[in-house]
Amino acid sequence: MKLDREEVKHIALLARLGLTEADVEKFREQLSNILENFEILKQVDTSGVPPTSHPVALRNVLRDDEVRPSFSPKEILANAPREEDGCFRVRAVLE
Amino acid sequence: MASEYDLTVHEAHDLLKSRKLSSLELTKAVLERIHRVEDKVHSFVTVTEDMALTQARQADENIKAGNLSPLTGIPALIKDVMCTKGVKTTCSSKMLSNFIPPYDATVVERLKAAGMVMMGKGNMDEFAMGSSTENSAFFVTHNPWDLDRVPGGSSGGSAASVAAGEAIYALGSDTGGSIRQPAGFCSVAGLKPTYGRVSRYGLVAFASSLDQIGPLTKDVTDCALVMNVIAGYDVCDSTSVDRQVPDYTKSLVPNLKGLRIGVPKEYFVQGMESGVEQVVRRAIGKLEELGAEVEWDVSLPHTRYALACYYIIAPSEAMANLARYDGVKYGFSAKEAENMWDAMEKTRQYGFGPEVKRRIMLGTYALSAGYYEAYYLKAQKVRTLISREFAETFTRYDALVTPTSPTVPFRIGEKADKPLQMYLSDVCTLPANIAGIPGISVPAGFTDGLPVGMQILGKPFSEETLFRVAYAYEQAAGWQKRRPNL
Repeated sequence: MKLDREEVKHIALLARLGLTEADVEKFREQLSNILENFEILKQVDTSGVPPTSHPVALRNVLRDDEVRPSFSPKEILANAPREEDGCFRVRAVLE
Repeated sequence: MASEYDLTVHEAHDLLKSRKLSSLELTKAVLERIHRVEDKVHSFVTVTEDMALTQARQADENIKAGNLSPLTGIPALIKDVMCTKGVKTTCSSKMLSNFIPPYDATVVERLKAAGMVMMGKGNMDEFAMGSSTENSAFFVTHNPWDLDRVPGGSSGGSAASVAAGEAIYALGSDTGGSIRQPAGFCSVAGLKPTYGRVSRYGLVAFASSLDQIGPLTKDVTDCALVMNVIAGYDVCDSTSVDRQVPDYTKSLVPNLKGLRIGVPKEYFVQGMESGVEQVVRRAIGKLEELGAEVEWDVSLPHTRYALACYYIIAPSEAMANLARYDGVKYGFSAKEAENMWDAMEKTRQYGFGPEVKRRIMLGTYALSAGYYEAYYLKAQKVRTLISREFAETFTRYDALVTPTSPTVPFRIGEKADKPLQMYLSDVCTLPANIAGIPGISVPAGFTDGLPVGMQILGKPFSEETLFRVAYAYEQAAGWQKRRPNL
């Protein structure tokens, strides 16, 4: 699978990863090479095989809806890059 | 007596118990060792000297009062991917270089309750993505057996610190081999438990269906002692399994009579170094001498698809897990930005290193419209086949034995920027994560002075069998007594 530069830029946009032009070229090469190696999976007959998303067959894990202690806003906001009045400060979503 | 920093957990415990040594003396000896060798090895992102001394004094109080558990007062290193309350937890990433968690991971909480003296946080490949610790955003960790070589990864700081005497034991995490491969490279014991055996609460997520926490120790007895404390159900991790934890030290018996062991030929892969193969085959011969019935020609044909399967699934899960790093709630945040989207892109551009970006891109691609079925869904189906093949094989064998890695520790820089070559370093270890089964690496000897690890795999929740094989081998071979010259 060969990727072109536009595809690399599109993936970066989906992942919200800023890339330089040099990054785009490097990732194009490296990712193409890696994806080419993944072609080997096409050799495996998986017809009728269910997918595994998880190694342990768990059902939904539920607990009683009880009030338990949680972190204070102060503790949680201690790592916030920007905060204001006990809230995370974010940039405008709609401009 | 050997220097205090060279002691194992159980040797140190015996001395603490008989009051021939205090935790404070032991802790100071390890701190002094850190000060002497750390500029060569670079195992630590953070050394928590004051906390260690406080905890050691507390441990000595407890010992005086008769409260002594097998880990009380013993110095440990925690890989910097596990949250430690009030102590920076960086994942060796610029993204989290200033992150101070408000809580302890469950494993840390359990070790603290068992009397741990925490020496600090271990260097690693950024977000546990890598096999050499060269992907740390801060510095490279060096292999104590040869400082020009890598310690393996991603738990390179954990493995190197134990080998170098900078910690008596360590915790690592293993998503595709990140405990076992560095354990092999640094000639220490390292266990990846069955998925669900140890709580992941407070482990910064890389690939949630593959990640497990486990011990890296100087010998197999220590490994069992640490597992006795960290294993078990945790209400905070809904994927941890509610199942009784045995006393793992009970499985440490020095013979293998009646045990059926298989040697899967696919693990002696093309490109395997002949020195490694020789060492491992000799070690397997030892298992036969110890009474195991060894079948030398077992086949698990789907093994050859494991690498591709893994490197689709792990990055797919990683891209979702790492979406949380948006520069808003915690961690690095780009200051100069035109708007919200620009801020997010710049935060991730400058906060993540190249390998993390590569995997986010891979995962995003594998999950994107038009490719999901060909890549992600296909890999999940192959995962089923690999798991079934293990399950079927374990009806005939109690354990499988393989090399831990196809090579000895490679030179620093040798595989940097060659991602595929680096990925191959995990080729023997990642099938266990795909299937969720346990695996342990034990020192199997040396080739040209460089460590070689032997991996033992078993069915889910067969850690006792793994400990038995590993212990019997270790006692017969004696490699665990060797220490690097630093």
